[in-house]
Formats: sequence, C-alpha cells, structure tokens
Amino acid sequence: MAKKWLSSFKGIPLLITLLWIVGFSAALFFAERSVTAFIGVLFSIIVIYYTNSQKNVKLLLGALVLLVIIPVVAGDNRYYMEVASQVGIYVAMALGLNIVVGFAGLLDMGYVAFFAAGAYAYAIFATSQANEFIPGDIFPLSGEWFWPFLIVGLIVAAIFGILLGLPVLRVKGDYLAIVTLGFGEIIRIIFNNLDKPINITNGPQGLTPIASPELFGIKMNTPFYFYFIVLVVIAFIVLANVRFEHSRLGRAWIAIREDELAAQSMGISLLNTKLTAFAIGASFAGVVGVIFAAKQTFVDPTSFTLMESIGILVMVILGGSGSIPGVVLGAAFVTVLQVQLLKEFSNFLHQLQSAGIIDLPNQLDPSKFQRFIFGLLLILVALYRPNGLIPAKRKKNDIDKIKNSDYNKEPQGILAKISQSK
Amino acid sequence: MLLSILPQVLVDGLTLGFMYAVVALGYTMVYGILEFINFAHGEIFMVGAFVGTEVLLIADAMGSLEGMNPYFALILILVVAMAVTGALGVGIERVAYRPLRGAPRLIPLISAIGVSFLLQDLVRFTEAVARNEFYLNSPILFNGSVNLGIATIPQKALIVIVIAILMMMILSFFVNKTKWGIAMRAVAQDQSTASLMTINVDRVIMLTFLIGSSLGGATGVLFAQNYGTIDPYIGFILGLKAFTAAVLGGIGNLRGAMVGGVLLGLLESLAGAYMGPLTSGAFGAEYKDVFTFSILILVLLFKPEGLFGEAVKEKV
Repeated sequence: MAKKWLSSFKGIPLLITLLWIVGFSAALFFAERSVTAFIGVLFSIIVIYYTNSQKNVKLLLGALVLLVIIPVVAGDNRYYMEVASQVGIYVAMALGLNIVVGFAGLLDMGYVAFFAAGAYAYAIFATSQANEFIPGDIFPLSGEWFWPFLIVGLIVAAIFGILLGLPVLRVKGDYLAIVTLGFGEIIRIIFNNLDKPINITNGPQGLTPIASPELFGIKMNTPFYFYFIVLVVIAFIVLANVRFEHSRLGRAWIAIREDELAAQSMGISLLNTKLTAFAIGASFAGVVGVIFAAKQTFVDPTSFTLMESIGILVMVILGGSGSIPGVVLGAAFVTVLQVQLLKEFSNFLHQLQSAGIIDLPNQLDPSKFQRFIFGLLLILVALYRPNGLIPAKRKKNDIDKIKNSDYNKEPQGILAKISQSK
Repeated sequence: MLLSILPQVLVDGLTLGFMYAVVALGYTMVYGILEFINFAHGEIFMVGAFVGTEVLLIADAMGSLEGMNPYFALILILVVAMAVTGALGVGIERVAYRPLRGAPRLIPLISAIGVSFLLQDLVRFTEAVARNEFYLNSPILFNGSVNLGIATIPQKALIVIVIAILMMMILSFFVNKTKWGIAMRAVAQDQSTASLMTINVDRVIMLTFLIGSSLGGATGVLFAQNYGTIDPYIGFILGLKAFTAAVLGGIGNLRGAMVGGVLLGLLESLAGAYMGPLTSGAFGAEYKDVFTFSILILVLLFKPEGLFGEAVKEKV
C-alpha cells in the first residue's frame, strides 16, 4: 500500500513549495527568534528537491532561497548565520567524504586529519607562528592571502591524502577503517606535540588570532561573509561530485566499491583509483579546513578529534552514502541537531533548572549526548536503512538509445576489422 | 641509568601486555568466526571495569568489604563482571549484528561503531545519575608488593598476570578439548559445512560472543584494580591496541593473540620509557600511541597475516 503510494508520488506540487518558502521566510522575518521558522527555511531546500517541476526551476528556487532569502531574512542575526555557515562547512566536508566512502567504498575514519591539515596550513602562516621557524619577521600574512591559501590548503591536504593513502590503501575493507582511525589519531597527536623540537603548531595552546579574509579592503570577519564563502565552495564541491559521479573515474570508483576483484580484472588500477579518491576527498576537506580556521580565528588540536571524523561519517551514512542530495541532507540534519536543537534543548533545561523545577546534573546536559546520538543513528541506519535516507540512484543506461546512437552505426575498433575482413 | 629502570619497565609492560592479550582474544575469536571486527569489544571491557568497581563500591558503602577476604572479593567482582559483560555481548550480537549477517561487510562494522559510542555514553549517563561524576576511583584490594631487588612487583600486577594466564589456559582447554570448542573451530573453518554436521551455528556464535565478552569484562576488572581510576573512554584506545595485538599475532589465531598482546605491551612500555631519552627529548612518551599505531600499520603492510596466522588467498 505504502509502496504503491510512493510509486505514484511524482513530487510536491510547485505551489505548495512556494507557499512553504514564503510562509517560513515570513515567519522568520517577523518572529526573529523562532528556531522552527529558521529550520523551516533551511528545510525548504529539501522541499524544493522533491518538488514536481523542471530542473531549472528547482535550481533557480534553490539559489533564490540560499542567496537571497536566507541572507535577507536572517542576515542581521549573527546566530542564524553562524548556524547556516556551520551547516555549510559540514555539508562541504561530508560531500568530500562521500567521494571516499560513498563512491569508492573506502571506510575512512580519520578524515578529520585532512581537515586539520588545511586548517593548520592557513593558521600557521596567518598568525605570527610561522616566524618561529622561518627567518625574517614577515608573518602573519594579511587577510588577502586567504584566497590563495584556499588553493594551498587544497594542495597540502591532497599531498597528505596521497602520503597517507600510499601505505594505507593496500589494506582492505574493515582493516582500512582501523588503520585510517589510527592515522587520524597519529596526526592529532603529532599536531598536539609539534611545539618541540621546533615549534610548528604551538602544541595544545593552539594558534590565534588567525587573520580574517579580506577582499577589496573589506574585512570579512562575521558569519555573514563566511556564509557566502562556504556557499561558493559547496557549489564547487557539488559540481565536482556530480561531474565525477558519472565520469570514467567515478564509474571506476563504484566498480571498486562493488567488487574489487572484478574491477581489477576489468583493467582498473586499484591503487591509483583508490588514491585519487583519497586525494580528492582529502583536498575538499583541506579547503574547508582553511575556511574553518579563518572563521574560528583559533585552531587547536581539540577541534580535530575522532568524534569529528565519526560525526562526518554519520552524516554520510545517514544521508545515504554515494547519494549527493542524501549527503547534503544528512550533513544538514546532523549539524542542525548538534549546534541548534540540542543546544536549545539544553538551554531550555537550564532555564527549568534555574527556575528550580528540575535538578540537572552537569553530565546530563543534552548537548553532551553527541556520542549517544551518533551511536544510535549509526545502529538504526545500519539495521533499517543501510542505504541512507535518500539512497543513491543508479544511472540506468537505456539499451535502445545505445543501440541507436551514432557510435553504433559504423562498426569501430576490432569490430570494424572483423567486418572488413569479411 | 637507562638500564637500571629496565626490569621495572619490563614488569609494567608484562602487566599491560597480559591485559591486551586477554582483550585481543575477544577480537580474534569473533573475527575467526564471522570475519568481522567487533568494534564494541573495547567498550565491553570498559563496562566490565565499571561493573566490578561498582560492586566493590557498593559493598564498601554497605560496610561489608572491610572484613572480606580480598581473594574472595576479587573472585566475586570477577564473576559478577563476567556475567554482566557476557550477557551484554550476547545481547549486542542478537540486536545489532545478527540481523546484518548477510549484509555488505561495511554495514555490520558501522553498526558496531554505533554500539561502541552508545555504550560509552550510556555508562557516562548511568554514572552521572548515580554518582554525579563519570569517572570512578576503585578501591584497591591488593596493596602490597614483592621486592625482587632489581624491581618491585606490585601485588596487583601479579594478580593481573596470574588471572590472565589462568583465563588463557582455561580458554585453550575449552577450545581444544571440549565438544563446544570443537564446534567453534568447525564453524570458524566453514560455516555451511559445520551446519550440515548438525552444529547449531547461531548458538556457537552466541557462545563465542559470551566467552569473548566475559573475558573482556574480566580484564576490565583487572584494569580497574591495577590502575585505580576508570572512565567511560578507557575502552576505546585499549580496544584499538588489543586489536593491534590480535593483528600482530595473526587475527583469528588464539595463540597469536596471546603472544601478540604480551609483545605489544612490552614494546609499548619500552617505547614509553626509552623513546624520550634516546631522542634526547624530541619524541617522548607522548608519542607512545603513535608508536603502537605504527606497529599496526607496519604489520598490516608487510605481514598482514601476522606472526602466527596463515596467509589467506582471496576466493572468487
């Protein structure tokens, strides 16, 4: 019954989508502190995704919500923009991990190491830290250097990815998970202790103040600007994901994910293909790391713990590994849950506590229940929705179309030779 | 100076190593049968530590610990912890792993990671409700020590080593000589043939989880007795290292896990003590974990079958 209803479901009518967007935007505009309204506006992206209309219309609507409505309605509210840019940062990272876990099927549990590499790449040179090991008092670099450092972060993280990948990727399946986990911890311990013999990362004290990005003399130091920076990066990463998915490389990744032996016997080089997945996934995390460092103006090793890696993994798995809209949904859901819903809930409980209604021990604060929620989500997804909330769609090749395509009219390659010799 | 601390370092390493060895047995038994890394095994160890310590603390609060024979108290907490963790292991297998047995290999692993994090927070939650703190200081049953001249062996370390050896001996006997042990080895070799030989595979897997988990729980008790302070996160890193030990010895191989555990404990203890002085302070004891993980990575790269395992060819 439910299946029948689902198969006849063509999408949400455009009118309802429009009403949804207008309704929640107006609600947020007039009731500025309403969390429900803000989440409604964020959720409208999903509604648009399921709308029954043409792709261009949907893209236009999505762009309208992201570029116009959210900045106009919530732009003067620092907190909402902060949440929105955090959501963006995690969406971008989850899309990077999606290439490694979703497309290539390599369970990477140390992904945050690449994020850390990007963040430290910018942080070291955008604070006076680099003076410790580079002579000449030329650091910190000014905020204009943020833009080239997006590329530097990308390259540094990609190099990290290749260096880690070369030994690690010879290991298979569940071993890979453990080894990457180990490597993630190694990197964190190294960053934590690299204040001697040469002080490179300033150890547990971390690095601060990191220069905010500057463009044409405007100092971009509020979440409002980072929201747009993150949006541009996400657009780039989504585009890369979409383009990779059906490219030769992307199909090779999926083949490896499904069956390594079969893929290898079809002539796919295992190590190279896996290595590119690792490096590309890593490079996205590196770019996001640079943005993160600039946004926080402070980095220290505690931002790059195993919990972060697990969190990003939860986003990918929950949303549907290999599915781009799924991963975006998963990342948005988990981030909003973490940074907003749990915090609101714990603020609510704190209010009750200060009113003397309940007694709340510090350890029971809902915002500390990250592990519990991540754990529960992972188990539930594994048991009931192993393909995630929005499962990846397989692109189906239309056999008739291939048969009638221009390439098929003239016999080519070896077929041509055979038919000629006849 | 460097040599004079060597005996003490070896004693510490052995104590640690025997704990790794028993926890590694749990990983290796499950892997031998299901080819699946039971990620939550470290957390079962942690639950064992908490259960044992709680029993001691409650007995202490009721005033019955004072006159109790310490050996009796130790056996009591071992039995209680083993019973609870054994049941927990079987329950986890039933709820989170068995429904996924036919699924792609990564799915059970994801479920296991979930169980691991869930258990950490559940224990923290329970302790926070009960005691308003999430770490516990365990009463230590054995405070004496044996002085050998070159090194002092604390009594509690001796207890760890003796009990670990006892458990390993009982396990070897069980696996090699009893009917159930033979059934376990048969299932590890070939599940479908074993089931044709009228072995109840599901029950054997349950038994494996029961034994592996109760061994892990018992080690948790020993850990709490040896180090005194426990928190809900001790299981994670220790579990990883015990897994490293299992890989080092050859995963799926019981003798390998025992030798690998002791070897890893010794190596880690030596690294912790000597890395600092040997590199004149550049890389000190804070790189101890890095050292252990590097061993894991090196073994997986150059001898993935471990010290005692057999190389497996992939079947198509």
